[in-house]
Amino acid sequence: MGSESDMYVIIAGAGKVGWNLARELIAKDREVTLIESNHDRFRVVEQELEHAVQYGDASELWVLERAGIQRADLVIAVTGDDEDNILISQVAKEKYGVQRIVARVNNPRNLTHFKMLGIQPAVSATDLILRLIEHEVPEYGLVQLLALEEEHLEIIELEVLEGSLAVGKQVQEIALPDGALVISVLRSGRGFVPKPDSVIAAGDQVLLILDPGLENQITTLFASSAAGASA
Amino acid sequence: MFILIVGCGRVGSAVAKRALDAGHEVSVMDIDPLSHERLDRDQTSTWEDAGGQFTVGTALEVDGLIAAGIERADVFMAATSGDNTNLVISQIAQRRFQVPKVVVRVADPARAAWYAEQGLRTICPTQVAIEQAEQMLLTL
Repeated sequence: MGSESDMYVIIAGAGKVGWNLARELIAKDREVTLIESNHDRFRVVEQELEHAVQYGDASELWVLERAGIQRADLVIAVTGDDEDNILISQVAKEKYGVQRIVARVNNPRNLTHFKMLGIQPAVSATDLILRLIEHEVPEYGLVQLLALEEEHLEIIELEVLEGSLAVGKQVQEIALPDGALVISVLRSGRGFVPKPDSVIAAGDQVLLILDPGLENQITTLFASSAAGASA
Repeated sequence: MFILIVGCGRVGSAVAKRALDAGHEVSVMDIDPLSHERLDRDQTSTWEDAGGQFTVGTALEVDGLIAAGIERADVFMAATSGDNTNLVISQIAQRRFQVPKVVVRVADPARAAWYAEQGLRTICPTQVAIEQAEQMLLTL
């Protein structure tokens, strides 16, 4: 694998994602080969990237071998076709022993297939955009901003509701379950990292990092006005 | 046996009809509703009249596979026009639904050979054509 600078990366698919990624990696002095199967697109990209882009179907084994997959440290499958991305990743990992794989999921409903076939990380742009939109639309309640599935951690955001247990309390007084931590508070358009004695107010947006599965307990503390009455 | 075939092209439809004639229960799935015509015996007798089942759907949609009966399939065949689609759905059939016998059509000999080594039953029409052509051309 060597140092970061002599890392060799193969990117399948010269769409918006693949082309920009190749550009950024080349700017950081990485050795990159981009593979594109559409001839017109290939010629456009070749104008800029020259020998760093190759024409061919990256799910053909000889095309991967021509690109030097045997010595690749990282393969990124970002074509517009989920089956192609799964196959390229699977072959790279299992046939050629590539250490690191990143695959793009075009249709979020296919994510389960990527997972079942052991293709991780699988990145879904649609899912990421949905999360960002949910973040902007407060009615969503608890929003999962980031899921680190391998590490079993997630970052969530939720709005503190009037009458919930956390309102008016210092952060250290809130009985958070083990495995949960308040990492920032967004209030009137500004964000800050709370201290143990920072006081939570109704209308705050709080970000927490937690073990997946604790969402309901967190909602009870921060976003359930009935909790105070029944406690 | 209950046989599920995904992909109703020349190969899928012909195998489906033979399997039905042989007395098996057969379900066929294809993304194109018009592909159903390949299954009809003639103008007056449809595939359903003959006892067959047909579902419109894409095979990566698990709901469609379930509607087509994958959970009780004894045999699964992936015969769409896409090699990568066939390789992915046959692994879904094998690993997620534990179908006992999975057969997959792969046009590319290289991919067919490697996935056969990984334990999939692959059929490679291209390889068959190469071998036949070789025999016809090189033996006088």
